[in-house]
Amino acid sequence: MTTVVHLRGRVDIQHLDIEFGQGTSRFKAVSDVSLAASTGEFICLLGPSGCGKSTVLGALAGHIVPSAGRLLLDGEAINGPHPDRGLVFQQHTLFPWKSVLDNVAFGLKMQGVPGPERTWRARELIELVGLKGFERHYPSQLSGGMQQRVEIARVLINQPRVLLMDEPFGALDAQTRLKMQQLLLDVWARIRTTVLFVTHDIDEALFLADRILVMSARPGRIIDDIRVPFARPREAQLTTTHAFNSLKRHCLELLHPQNGPAPLDRLSPLGDSVLSEAHFAI
Amino acid sequence: MSLPDTLAAGLAGPAAPVAGQPRRLPRWPAGRLTAFAVGALSLLASLLLWHALATSRAHLGFITFAHVPPPSEVLEAGIELLSSPKLSLHVGHSLARIGAGYLSAALAGVGLGLLIGRFRWAARALLPPLEVLRPIPAVAWIPLAILMFPSTEVSMMFITFTGAIFPILLNTIHGVEAVDPRLVASARSLGTRGPRLFAEVILPSAAPGIFTGLSIGMGTCWFCLVSAEMISGQFGIGYYTWESYTLQNYAGIVVGMLFIGAFGMASSALVRWLGHFATPWYRLQEKKA
Ligand SMILES: Nc1ncnc2c1ncn2[C@@H]1O[C@H](COP(=O)(O)OP(=O)(O)OP(=O)(O)O)[C@@H](O)[C@H]1O
Ligand SMILES: [Mg+2]
Repeated sequence: MTTVVHLRGRVDIQHLDIEFGQGTSRFKAVSDVSLAASTGEFICLLGPSGCGKSTVLGALAGHIVPSAGRLLLDGEAINGPHPDRGLVFQQHTLFPWKSVLDNVAFGLKMQGVPGPERTWRARELIELVGLKGFERHYPSQLSGGMQQRVEIARVLINQPRVLLMDEPFGALDAQTRLKMQQLLLDVWARIRTTVLFVTHDIDEALFLADRILVMSARPGRIIDDIRVPFARPREAQLTTTHAFNSLKRHCLELLHPQNGPAPLDRLSPLGDSVLSEAHFAI
Repeated sequence: MSLPDTLAAGLAGPAAPVAGQPRRLPRWPAGRLTAFAVGALSLLASLLLWHALATSRAHLGFITFAHVPPPSEVLEAGIELLSSPKLSLHVGHSLARIGAGYLSAALAGVGLGLLIGRFRWAARALLPPLEVLRPIPAVAWIPLAILMFPSTEVSMMFITFTGAIFPILLNTIHGVEAVDPRLVASARSLGTRGPRLFAEVILPSAAPGIFTGLSIGMGTCWFCLVSAEMISGQFGIGYYTWESYTLQNYAGIVVGMLFIGAFGMASSALVRWLGHFATPWYRLQEKKA
């Protein structure tokens, strides 16, 4: 007897090239990137500013058309955006004119789910991310961390096969960021989707990931694939252990930004707002 | 033609209390009281000056107050107009023209603005002729409008339409172009496509800009209406003002002017009030910024 295992959330990128610009100013932002994420895996993409992390994510989300290579989700080619691939940005991408409840329920509304069902399903997720009682608030009435919780709930309601997160906690203060990392891991323990998480914070990558893919400066290539062996659930104390620090040193050596080429202008593939020079949190 | 300051001033209303934040107690500091008193005094002084100049029939070089009615006569004429059946006739005509011209300008301006702001092909096809027409003041259309339309009534509506459409159109285009591409990307990734993107994302996101345009358009709309009524009207507040001049009813001129001002102000306030209620989230954002 054969059992059919329904695999959801397997991501394959094969020899991905992405170019930007016209004519002579055309350049390669991403060069020959290949990766495979298995179902339920948590992968962090780590790399210096401008190396093409957001571009890779934007391509997986279906917003950027690659120049060459293949993008597959569960064996099917990706063309165009789809709620199966939930996208979370750094900040300010909630709909400011919608309440928390309506933001979270938005995906269901687009699917044509009737109002009452939308409401209870949205409430469930709002509770999951710890925002019970804030359903009627507008995004601008929430702190940065709370807004990111809403973002996460808003994509999770579509039961995505893969979560694409582009520095989702990059604009938060250190303390809130730690809390949000913990929250994300808690949520992920319950709703096991594949996660591709972009960051340039080594600590964050080590704390969250099953695997870290390190990218080189532009044109971005994957220069290392690091397995993160720490057991789950992970606690904040992990970051002070010897094993953690030796992996961190390894990452730092791979990145060593001071020897790299001069930083490039920050232009973002999806109009990402430029907030600050990227830095490597040590 | 985007006026962020007008926008802020127009739509930022009295602060709504935000849950989770300490509510500030309303205060009437001495500074505000004084400002209010100074304002009232200044108004009173202007009235007195007007009274003095008009009653003494002053000649100040090239400007003469010989035919300017004093405030008391204007008040009398105003009361008389208020109680006469002519008032509703004039006001009714003006409001009907404003209503028709302004509403069609709002529909056309917002509709075209959404297309032009969002689609490059629409911008390429529609902007050039609009750019040619834009610098022509609406008032300059009056003679041609009279020739083009079957009745002066319709031609006056057309003039108000022409006066209102450009500020509305341009502010809508600007608002749509300023929509954060990441919001659009997020909406697409959440399963939004086609016309729903307009309804759910583009329109609400551009709404503050659109309301700025609508409010500026309301002002230009009155300006054009009054000019048109003076030239080709029968009935209407602008016509009443001009008629008062031809009939040498000088107090009526000022009454007409004051009515035009009052209606212009009230209709702009109405638009701002609508904008205020249509974009409650915007006030909160403004306050935070
Ligand atoms: N729309 C665009 N047009 C032209 N160049 C672009 C565009 N989007 C991105 N780029 C360039 O492509 C390169 C990769 O950008 P990308 O945003 O993917 O980098 P990143 O790794 O996400 O950087 P960061 O850490 O700063 O967010 C950068 O050099 C960027 O300037
Ligand atoms: Mg980026």
